[in-house]
Amino acid sequence: MNPLDHFLARAALAGLGVALAAAPLGCFVVWRRMAYFGDATAHASILGVALALAFSTSIWVGVLAMSMLMALTVTLLSNRGYAMDTLLGVIAHSALAIGLVAVSFLSDVRIDLMAYLFGDILAVSKFDLLIIWGGALLVIGLLLWRWRALLTSTLNPDLAYAAGFNPDREQLILTVALAIVVAVAIKVVGALLIAALLIIPAAAARALSATPEKMAALAAGIGATSALLGLVIAYQLDTPTGPTIVCVAAMIFALLNVYRLVSASKA
Amino acid sequence: MSLLSVSDLSVELAGNTILHDVALHIDRREIVTIVGPNGSGKSTLLRTIVGAIKPTAGSIKRESKLAIGYVPQHLRIDPTLPITVRRFLDLPKPVCGADAAQALKQVGTTNLESRQLTELSGGQFQRVLLARALIGKPDLLILDEATQGLDQLGSAAFYQLIDTIRNEIDCAVLMVSHELHVVMAASDRVICLNGHVCCEGHPEQVVSAPEYRALFGSGTQGALALYRHEHSHSHDADGNCE
Repeated sequence: MNPLDHFLARAALAGLGVALAAAPLGCFVVWRRMAYFGDATAHASILGVALALAFSTSIWVGVLAMSMLMALTVTLLSNRGYAMDTLLGVIAHSALAIGLVAVSFLSDVRIDLMAYLFGDILAVSKFDLLIIWGGALLVIGLLLWRWRALLTSTLNPDLAYAAGFNPDREQLILTVALAIVVAVAIKVVGALLIAALLIIPAAAARALSATPEKMAALAAGIGATSALLGLVIAYQLDTPTGPTIVCVAAMIFALLNVYRLVSASKA
Repeated sequence: MSLLSVSDLSVELAGNTILHDVALHIDRREIVTIVGPNGSGKSTLLRTIVGAIKPTAGSIKRESKLAIGYVPQHLRIDPTLPITVRRFLDLPKPVCGADAAQALKQVGTTNLESRQLTELSGGQFQRVLLARALIGKPDLLILDEATQGLDQLGSAAFYQLIDTIRNEIDCAVLMVSHELHVVMAASDRVICLNGHVCCEGHPEQVVSAPEYRALFGSGTQGALALYRHEHSHSHDADGNCE
């Protein structure tokens, strides 16, 4: 029997793929203080779901297009120097609300909505897996390819210019990567919790990291552990899978920070 | 020929003309300092020279294969970003341990490699920034307000270090500074900038130039007086000295 025929195997692979891409990207989201940016992009994806259902196209296409559009809009606005926290708050919640209202007009799909808000990892198909891993590998590849340029731009844009990098282009690459992660993560943890998979593993890894590379690798490990452990716990306790994965990540964050505090006070 | 020559340079940012018709050149082994009041476009000029800002008009000619080492004005490291001194020296290009150690030694620090950047003191941090700029064996070192946040003793030591390094590696130095008193002593040539080049020349010439006095004070209240003025007394609400 093909192991992918079992829904738990597919769910584990889906969670792993999303976590491995989201966590290192999340490090940049944390370093560059783009947390709200991730939220806005993720919330816009619900509007993408509504549009995809209305026009009977693939959910992936709708979500990717909408999150890409939102990510680019927000990048453009932030470069013009608007007060971003307020503006992102307006855009993020408006996009979510418009998406929810739009879905309600499509009477026959109301049942599906929960799956897109909170994810439905147990319903991942083989085709979904292909998309998730394709997107995840693309994001990981982008990050590896641009690593030095991204890191230099994150530290200081002028340093990047002086080294011959273009920080605007690097930001665009992060924006595109973010939109891809949102698109592939929506079936796994849902629009409301995607930002958690970006930020919590990275924040947890910070406690034990001395260099950016270690933090990214550790974040990927923490993300993957949360995904697999969360899946097992959700299966055992019959809890919703996406939120359970995020709970595990939050617990790891708390444990690592307590560990750091304790070991720092001993030193 | 000069290492770098700028001619007819104009820069507009958000519709405001920051620099117009700026011309300057830097020769090998020269220490050139740009002084000017706040908002005179000093940083903009340096950022344009390193390529961070596109000029609206004019040209910047570099000697072929000119290696520039750049020390930026601000480098605020987000506390969520862990980075050791050693790893920082690897940006933008990885370097071998010996080169890293050599650069740190050149700026007068040792055993900092495994320290986090965020744990360093202001003086150490500036020296590490300088070390990173030295790694590429620059022909031209560009420093933007490199002594910001250092006390007078610290900044005097820093300029002394720049001079030593210039003699060691034979590079030219272009820097911006507020600290007229130290700058005057440490520079071969001073350029007084206020949107355009007001005057330039040897430090003594510049101090006595009318354009310079119009910007920084006149008569006996030249550079030294300005320095004392900044640090040795205070003013009441009407601006009278106490």
